[in-house]
Amino acid sequence: MVLLQRPHILLLLIGTHQFLQCWIAFGSVNEEGQKQEEFSEELLLKPLPDHKLLAHFHFQSSGPPSTSNGCHHHLFPKAISQLVQKFRIKEMELSFTKGRWNYESWGGFDPLSSSNAKPPGVELWAVFDVPQHHIDASWKNLTHTLSGLFCASINFLESTATYSTPEWSFPPASGNVRYGTLPCEAVCTENLTPWLKLLPCRDKAGIALLLDRPSLYRGFYHSQQLHLTSTGSSSEGIDSGIILEQTLTVVLQPNSEMAIEVHASEKHIQPSWSLSSIFGKQVSGRCVLAKPSSVYLLLDRGLSAANGLTSENFWSNPSFELSANPDRIFLEESSSHSKSLSILYMFQVEKYCESEPFDIGLMWKVPVAWLCQQTPLHASRFLMGSGNERAAIAISLKSTQFTEGFMSANSKDGSCELRVDVFQVVPWYVKVYFHSLRVFVDQQPRAVSDIIEKIHVSPSKDKMSPGVMEVVLKLPCRVNTAALTIEFDKGFLRIDEYLPDANQGFDIPSAIISFPNFHASMVFLEDDSLNKSPLLSKFQEKCPVMSYTEVLLVPLTTPDFSMPYNVITITCTVFALYFGSLLNVLQRRVAEEERFLKAKAAKKTGRLPLLLSKLSAKLRGRRLEPLHSPPSSSSFINSKLVLKVILVAGLAVGWQYFFS
Amino acid sequence: MEKVKKKIGSFSFWNWVTASIIFRLILIYFPKNLNLSSRPEVSTPLTSFRRLAEGYWLKQSFMSPYAGSMYHGSPLLLSLLGPLTINRIEGQPNHLLYSLVSVIADVVSAMLIRATGQNLRLAYLRSLESLDLVKQIEVSGDIAALIYLCNPFTIVACVGLSTSPIENMAVILCLYGACSRLIPLAAFGWVIATHLSLYSAILIIPVIFLLGCGPDSPPRKLFLQRHQQKEVLNQSKLPPRFSWGPVIHFAFWAFLWSVYVLVLCGISLKQFGGLWEMFKSTYGFILTVEDLSPNIGVLWYFFAEVFEFFRNFFLIVFHVNILFMILPLAIRLRHRPCYLAFVYVAICSMLKSYPSVGDSALYLGLLGWFVNELADMQFSLFLFCGYVGVSLLSPVMHNLWIWRGTGNANFYFATAMVYACLQIVLVVEGVSAMLNHDRKLRNLITGKPQDAKS
Repeated sequence: MVLLQRPHILLLLIGTHQFLQCWIAFGSVNEEGQKQEEFSEELLLKPLPDHKLLAHFHFQSSGPPSTSNGCHHHLFPKAISQLVQKFRIKEMELSFTKGRWNYESWGGFDPLSSSNAKPPGVELWAVFDVPQHHIDASWKNLTHTLSGLFCASINFLESTATYSTPEWSFPPASGNVRYGTLPCEAVCTENLTPWLKLLPCRDKAGIALLLDRPSLYRGFYHSQQLHLTSTGSSSEGIDSGIILEQTLTVVLQPNSEMAIEVHASEKHIQPSWSLSSIFGKQVSGRCVLAKPSSVYLLLDRGLSAANGLTSENFWSNPSFELSANPDRIFLEESSSHSKSLSILYMFQVEKYCESEPFDIGLMWKVPVAWLCQQTPLHASRFLMGSGNERAAIAISLKSTQFTEGFMSANSKDGSCELRVDVFQVVPWYVKVYFHSLRVFVDQQPRAVSDIIEKIHVSPSKDKMSPGVMEVVLKLPCRVNTAALTIEFDKGFLRIDEYLPDANQGFDIPSAIISFPNFHASMVFLEDDSLNKSPLLSKFQEKCPVMSYTEVLLVPLTTPDFSMPYNVITITCTVFALYFGSLLNVLQRRVAEEERFLKAKAAKKTGRLPLLLSKLSAKLRGRRLEPLHSPPSSSSFINSKLVLKVILVAGLAVGWQYFFS
Repeated sequence: MEKVKKKIGSFSFWNWVTASIIFRLILIYFPKNLNLSSRPEVSTPLTSFRRLAEGYWLKQSFMSPYAGSMYHGSPLLLSLLGPLTINRIEGQPNHLLYSLVSVIADVVSAMLIRATGQNLRLAYLRSLESLDLVKQIEVSGDIAALIYLCNPFTIVACVGLSTSPIENMAVILCLYGACSRLIPLAAFGWVIATHLSLYSAILIIPVIFLLGCGPDSPPRKLFLQRHQQKEVLNQSKLPPRFSWGPVIHFAFWAFLWSVYVLVLCGISLKQFGGLWEMFKSTYGFILTVEDLSPNIGVLWYFFAEVFEFFRNFFLIVFHVNILFMILPLAIRLRHRPCYLAFVYVAICSMLKSYPSVGDSALYLGLLGWFVNELADMQFSLFLFCGYVGVSLLSPVMHNLWIWRGTGNANFYFATAMVYACLQIVLVVEGVSAMLNHDRKLRNLITGKPQDAKS
């Protein structure tokens, strides 16, 4: 009976279930139509010529424009989306870097190095979508927000003396860009932890599991970046999509003990490594929220050429051995000026799980030596001169093996020119004399107007704005060396403007040398799955080739920090000495003159002035001169006494009154 | 010091002038001007040659010369001297033309000092004559000119390519014009000197006295006393009373010249921010002591060390210190306007924000006018030795601090302190000696025993 009655309920249940399913399906269709929030995690490993290994973590979250969701996000970090909405950021990049990118041996021409080699310390630039006069206010707020978000002293970039407005030599050039660096900022795990917090899985699962702090910070170079791009115009309101790229680039020395053994036996053999030997961890499956979750191994052109890798034999190579089988292999599209091609081995993390963790290793069998692709000119910067009064900054450009190739390729034209953009910011206490700019080409001094095609200078204002110099150099292609020197005076600061360790010196931020005629891109052979990988599609973008120079440490003269009171008192004493003695000389009358005046005064006036003169004589401790009219009566003395008493009493009353 | 000057004076004047010019020319031919142009004693932020060149470069590249905080001088100097900073003659030293301008400015200043000195000597002789005091007196004009030309400070400022020879020339031009009653010239000199450095503005008081009552003479009271004694009142022998005519004339010309100068500045700065920016970065820069690079004054270290919240207070105190002394000095020395001018110049060069040796060279040169009056000055040997000692020690301390890093800022500051003290002693003793001189004259007239000195 019950069962008889139940079918209705059952039917009802089934009906509602189906309806719910339909509804859910409809809902998901709806969301797909709107584009969903996506997250991807990728790791790229690349052996470097000097026995090191580059690991490049790339996490990308994208938040599509979402009117329906309002302020809610599934994967996208809320803090970042609020930041973008609040300050109307079009594009922003924040990087924390420790160590210096070695352009000579780690390359500078590929997209990896030209977008991930950053100057030491903190670098922040942002493009705003607000009217010109609001930009500085937005920048100030942004620095404070980021400072709180990443536990760094980015708020020091707030003052106008620390950031600058590049006009055209900084690649994302537009009028609304602001650029600031903190070269002496120490980067450590306290900056990494908030950065990891933005990832949906943090470092609990997926590739981020490899981010083991001790092994990361043991590296030679460590750069953690945050790149924000907001797509679509956000001028109407909050309706804009945001793409957040978080990258971490580390250069590590694989397994040092093993390397030493190898070093002893065979000199040139590259060290073998595996993920577990480098990071001390393995990847146990992907982060479930990540859509593509893959690891790549990149063998760049030089290496594949040295190995004799061609499009035929890259599956089975005699010179090295991979511990895991790659899922796919990509070949670079052949370009015009190099015969060899980069090879990319792809491993999908999805296939692995807790019981069978992913660990890729590379075992070298034969020694190989190769060179990375370098920037057209190798830039370095140094200080000239001694002493703490004045010095000069020199930026020297040296041709690399690339330029030779480029030159031979273009020498038929005859008039071939190499364009180099230099962007240099100097703090205000480095007082640059722009008229002292000199250019040397192949160690010969040249007229500035011959080489410099365009120059934009904004001179530094004391405590107000830094000095900015943007120069476009047109160098002949056959150039071997070129140098740019500029003189400066070292400023003198107030004692409270010095940093805590004043004798260490002050840093001049890196200069940016960019080569606008060259673009670094790595186009891999067309494949459908490629479009899915944000890392590879980023490689395909043409990014300008640029390199950062070294940070310069300028020692500045220090005053004596313990002296303020002494200086104040001594100086004031000298001034008092001047004032007092000069006034004394001016008002001094010689004794005789004084007597004469007194006599005159006594003759002319009554008792009171006489009294006062007597009083003053008493006070001075001098004997009163014999008066012309001797005290005649005792009543006078009495009255004098009374007057004195009244005076003293009045003073006392006044004193009492004043202090009560 | 006086004796040395006397010895110099006995030689032929023109030989010394030629010798000093040749000496300058030899120094100019040394490579890099012996690095004098970057010495802190020579080039302050206001007078530095490199900053002038930077300002000119900025102007040439269509930017305001005051865009950075490099140049703080006048836009007129930029237009006149700017081209000389880049013009080069093949095979000649880099800044030959500019150096030649400085040398010429020095020589012109010396000649003007000489002419003014002769003027003063004549006036002095006349007044002594009218007081019936006949005395052997030195040719003070020649001595002053030679002190100015042969002073190592002047030579260093000239060879070091600073703009102070030109500033000094403007000041001397002003005094010369006032002494020889060329009112437009005096007004021009005063306006230019004020335009180039703010402190020269207070020279208006001695100039008014000069124009009103004529050059230095003993106090008017003395003449009256003398004539009372002789029972005859010879009006023609009295120094003239204060007359407002030339003063009004001077005010008119000063107004005219300042309008002219401002219009010129306005034209040259038309496309970059105009006159307000000029005043802010010239006079404002002088008054606020923004640049704390070491110089021979004391304010740079003081303001580097002083606490931020006292800064404004002390800025006011130090500038008021100059103003405070104007009135007492003007009252006491009103009968000696040239001497008053010397005292003002000395006080300014002691208390100004960015002093250089060029300023000291000016007042030391002017001191030469009064060799007769100041013959009894005390501590002259001490002062002479002090000046020599400081000018030797100060570069050593600077070298120890800045270049070798073995010394300390206090070492250099100590020499600056000593230098300030020396100048204070010079001013105080000079004023005292002048007042004593007047007293002595009075005693000679009234016939009283000479117990006036104390």
